[in-house]
Amino acid sequence: MKDTHHTSLLSVQGLTVSFGASQVIKDLSFEVPLGKTVAVVGESGSGKSVTSLSIMRLADLNGATYDGGSIVLNPATRPTDLLTLQQDEARQIRGKDVAMIFQEPMTSLNPVYTIGDQIAEILMLHERVSRQDALTEAVRLLSLVRLPDAQGVINRYPHQLSGGMRQRVMIAMAVACRPKLLIADEPTTALDVTIQAQILDILRDLQAELGMSIIFITHDMGVVAEIADQVVVMWKGEKVEEGPVETIFATPRHPYTRSLLSAVPKLGAMTGQDYPLKSPLTVLVDGRPEQVGETRVQDTAQMAAAPLLSVRDLSVRFDLKKTWYGKVTHVCPAVTGASFDIHPGETLSLVGESGSGKSTIARAIMQLNSPSAGDIAFDGKPMSRMSLAERQKLRQEIQYIFQDPFASLDPRKTVGWSIAEPIRTHGLMDNDRNISRRIGELLERVGLPASVATRYPHQFSGGQRQRVCIARALASKPRLIIADEALSALDVSIQAQIINLFMDLQKDDGLAYLFVSHDMAVVEKMSHRVAVLYLGQIVEMGSRRQVFENTAHPYTRRLLSAVPHPDPTHRREPVRLEGEVPSTTRRIGDEPPAAIHREVSPGHMVASN
Amino acid sequence: MSAFLKSRYFSLEFIMGLGLTLGITFCVLFSSWLFPGAGEIDLTARLIAPFQQPAHPFGTDPLGRDVMARVFAGGWISLQVGFVSVVGSVLIGVAVGLVAGYYRGIWDVVVMRSADIQLALPFILLAITIIAIVGGSLTNTILLLIVSQWVQYARLVRAQVLALREREFVLAAQAMGVKSRNIILQHLLPNLLGPVIVLMTLNVANNILLESSLTFLGLGVDPTIPSWGGMLADGRTYLQTAWWVSVFPGLAILLTVLGLNLLGDWLRDSLDPTGRTER
Repeated sequence: MKDTHHTSLLSVQGLTVSFGASQVIKDLSFEVPLGKTVAVVGESGSGKSVTSLSIMRLADLNGATYDGGSIVLNPATRPTDLLTLQQDEARQIRGKDVAMIFQEPMTSLNPVYTIGDQIAEILMLHERVSRQDALTEAVRLLSLVRLPDAQGVINRYPHQLSGGMRQRVMIAMAVACRPKLLIADEPTTALDVTIQAQILDILRDLQAELGMSIIFITHDMGVVAEIADQVVVMWKGEKVEEGPVETIFATPRHPYTRSLLSAVPKLGAMTGQDYPLKSPLTVLVDGRPEQVGETRVQDTAQMAAAPLLSVRDLSVRFDLKKTWYGKVTHVCPAVTGASFDIHPGETLSLVGESGSGKSTIARAIMQLNSPSAGDIAFDGKPMSRMSLAERQKLRQEIQYIFQDPFASLDPRKTVGWSIAEPIRTHGLMDNDRNISRRIGELLERVGLPASVATRYPHQFSGGQRQRVCIARALASKPRLIIADEALSALDVSIQAQIINLFMDLQKDDGLAYLFVSHDMAVVEKMSHRVAVLYLGQIVEMGSRRQVFENTAHPYTRRLLSAVPHPDPTHRREPVRLEGEVPSTTRRIGDEPPAAIHREVSPGHMVASN
Repeated sequence: MSAFLKSRYFSLEFIMGLGLTLGITFCVLFSSWLFPGAGEIDLTARLIAPFQQPAHPFGTDPLGRDVMARVFAGGWISLQVGFVSVVGSVLIGVAVGLVAGYYRGIWDVVVMRSADIQLALPFILLAITIIAIVGGSLTNTILLLIVSQWVQYARLVRAQVLALREREFVLAAQAMGVKSRNIILQHLLPNLLGPVIVLMTLNVANNILLESSLTFLGLGVDPTIPSWGGMLADGRTYLQTAWWVSVFPGLAILLTVLGLNLLGDWLRDSLDPTGRTER
């Protein structure tokens, strides 16, 4: 015990926190060693964020009470129990000794002040330096987090920066006073993989340079394997396992940790497989791990059949600037010349970073955006030649599942009402008793009891809500389902269950999926074919095996290299992925030319420019 | 009974709000039956203080009329003006706001710019102009209030619709082919009622007072007919010596508004299945 005290910066002992009558953290103890990174892992609701807010003493400002335990900073040299401090003493420690970065970099920056002012404010407050010195220091900090043109960035406002740049500004602000401890609460969850890789590299470099300790809160096991030295696994407010990262990944002892690790999709796990594979899952039933589901090759795609959906030379552009008499001068070419087919029973994945146009394609198919050129044909009939009634029929045969299941359900309607909406809209049934029986069947189909139909969306967990959305999508008996990042908002264990649900539905009903995602590992697990998008153009398309095993386009390679591996013994080389996605505003007449594709092997198309 | 104790109707807000509103409405509706012939001018009984004579529990005004009888009788005009004008402006404003916010385009531009022009005109100027043309009466007063106040609801609702129509559940409804009319009525309307209800309850009081200023300027209803606002204005000059002349109609307005506010808060909360606004 004495030994650990010499080297630990923060010591949490027996921490118990409750909100009102409910205890959210029970008897939590862990140590943060000097200059090391401790990852706190768990799914939403496991108490990991409350832990970090308790260290910052922000939890009690939000109504939490500390029922017991201690959080001691500098246990060896100058022990301070953070829980016994007054709020104004805690304020001295916040930002100076302990700093924090949050998940959402846009909402954490004040939109009406420049970046420079916001960094300088912290320095002037804690270090009592002049404004001029503070601004000079701000430039140095911004170059420390490798922001290009730091001198220019200090005069800019938050909305003028991209998500990745804003997160770097947040890190610069957090390290401004050389904190001994940095708490990072899901700092990369909202970012693209390539940007995530940059941020992780920056954090690692800063740690080496400033010698600070990091508490890294995440649910992503890949990120944990990449950055952590120590891992604390939390489940329902309790620590269930703790240890060095290699041990946790090699020999997980607690059943929860085992189920968590089994749920993580591993990039490259499918090498050598021609078809997606449904694999069994370890889930906890009353605290005991159990294997659920069977291994099944997902050979549902009828590639010989006529394509269900075929998209030809689709372009979508958004008008950005107009002259005063309405002539468009600047446009955003969101999608340029995209062509692909989806066959019955097939899963086609569209992958790419945010802004690559993948959602725009999905929405054009859904008739939510209108294409500026090209055509979409369903069942061989082009949409441009369809009557209004046929277009309405299309809205029954194609269904859309959104990323955020909470936002896509009307909060004021019961889930039963929401599931019945497509049935009523398309007049598929008119008898109320039949409709409610159908709602019950659909709910059971997606693994929920039929009795929940009378509940409201807020009474469900995130994973259950996404099941409700799937039930709603199935209600109109569609032939194609577009899943737009439908798994990204879910915890990994839930995500794995939903993937299996998607595969079961595909096998039983012969559904085709257009799966829009930025998560390469999930895409590898689910897809028959993959199309990679960059700046609105398809740069590579082929069967899953062709794209993942014989990667031909440099952008695809870049995407794949940025994916963190959930294996701490094979850490990714810092590839120094620099740069941002370039601006997409184009003058009229200056649109990018459509990519020319060549076929490198049968069915494997690669853009040659 | 136990079912009632568990139901959403068993709340202080609902019981007090309903009690106040029903009580006041009852007294006002049956005032001529409760106080037959009261409220007549009696110059021998001028400015009697309240609680002195059993015949005049609220005292009398400068013309010797019983204040209590006049408060109950005056409620008739005030409640009509308050309720009808608010309901009218809500119906127009919500409909216009929904359509303008959901469909956007030229209709939105025309309606909202004319709403801006409307807001730029001072209320009194508008009142003088309109009443000068059509003449003063109860109906015209109510119409005038509707004309000047639907704009608030239209702007409020339009702003809400602009935010709501970008929400994914509206997009989801569009994607599955739900008709625009159903999206507006089934998804947008229930989600924006909360702030409208709050504004409504506040506006009832405001309109009762606006009616009095119109009457005071000679633009409203016939000044010989009692109304709460009119009594407040009359009592102003006697505030130093005879406070009861204006305090009792003032209390009547206060209790009406309190009752409506409680009912409105309860309605807003019980319409919200998430119970977010519950305290």
